Amino acid sequence: MKRKGNGYAAAFRAAFPYTIPVLTGYLFIGIAFGVMYQEKGYNFLWAILMSVMVYAGSGQYVAVNFFAPGVNLLHVIFLEFMVNIRHIFYGLSLLERFRGMGKKKLYMMFSLTDETYSLFFVTKVPPEVDEHKFLFAIALLDHSYWIMGSAIGALAGSLIPFDAKGIDFAMTALFIVIYIEQWMSAKNRLAAIVGAAAAVVCLLAFGSENFILPAMICIMAALLCGRKVMEPKEERSVVEHAD
Amino acid sequence: MPISIQMSLAVIVVVAVVTFITRAIPFVIFRGGKEIPETVRYLGRVLPPAVIGMLVVYCLKEVRVFSFPFGLPELIAVAAVVALHVWKRNNLLSIGAGTALYMFLIQVVFVN
Repeated sequence: MKRKGNGYAAAFRAAFPYTIPVLTGYLFIGIAFGVMYQEKGYNFLWAILMSVMVYAGSGQYVAVNFFAPGVNLLHVIFLEFMVNIRHIFYGLSLLERFRGMGKKKLYMMFSLTDETYSLFFVTKVPPEVDEHKFLFAIALLDHSYWIMGSAIGALAGSLIPFDAKGIDFAMTALFIVIYIEQWMSAKNRLAAIVGAAAAVVCLLAFGSENFILPAMICIMAALLCGRKVMEPKEERSVVEHAD
Repeated sequence: MPISIQMSLAVIVVVAVVTFITRAIPFVIFRGGKEIPETVRYLGRVLPPAVIGMLVVYCLKEVRVFSFPFGLPELIAVAAVVALHVWKRNNLLSIGAGTALYMFLIQVVFVN
C-alpha cells in the first residue's frame, strides 16, 4: 500500500493541528492534577506513572483522594467505575473504525478519553494518510500532553508565573466547538439535542455528582425509542451506501 | 506519602484497570469478526452527537446560577465561543479567545 516508515510521520503531521486545543486543555488540567498529587506527598515520577497507566481526567482527580490511610480498594473500584461509566458507550461508535488495527487496537481502547473520542468525529483524515495511523497519532499525542501536564504540575506547579485560574475552560470550549461542527454538518441534530437536554434534566434532578449515569440511560432510551425520528429512512440509506 | 509504596501502587493499578475496563467493554462484547447488530451500528452513529452534548453540560455542571456571579462568566464565555465559531469557524480562535475571555471574566470582572 504505502511506503513503510513514512506513514507515521505523515499521520502525526496531519494529526497535530487537530490536537492543539487538547494540548492547551490537557497541559493545564494535567498541571492541576500534578499539583494536587504532589501536595499529597507524591513526586513527579508518581504523577507520570499514574498519567501513563490511567489516563483519565476526572478519574485521576477523584483518585487523588484515595491516597489516604484506611483506603479500601473495593471503594476505589466502585467510585472509579461510577466516574468513568460514560466511557462504556464510547466504543460503540468505534467498533468498525478500530477493526484491523492489530496491536494498536489495545492502545486505542485504553486511550479513549472524552477529548480523544470527540476529536475522532470532527477530524477529517487526509486522503494521503492511513486512517488507522491517523487515529493512533491523535490518541498518542493527546496522551503525551496529559503526561507532560501532570509532570509539569508535580515539578513546578507552584512556579507558574501567572494566574491560570479558569484555563480549564479550554476543555468546555473544545466540546462546544465540536458540538457546533457536528450541528453544522446537519446530521443527527435531533440526537445532539437529546444528549444536551437529557443531561440538563438529569443534572437538575440528580445533582452534579450523580447525573451522568441517569443521563446516559435516558439518552440510550430516547435514541432507541426514537429511531424512526432520529434517523429518517432516506438518511439511513445514504449512510449505508457511504459505508 | 500518606500510605505505603505497595498500597500506592495497588491503588494506581486498580484505578488503571477499572478505567481500562469501562473503555474496553464494547470491544470485548463485539470482538473478532462478530457481526455487529444493526441497532448497535445505529447507536454508534447517533451516540457521538448526543454524548458531546452531554459533555458540554458535564463541563458546566458546577456552575451556580443562584449565587454570585450567577453563571454570568460561563454564559458570556460560552456565547462568545458559539458566536466566534459560527462566524469564523476556526477551532483555535474560538477556543483560545473563549478561554482567555473566561479567565479575564473570573479573575478581573466578577471578583467576589
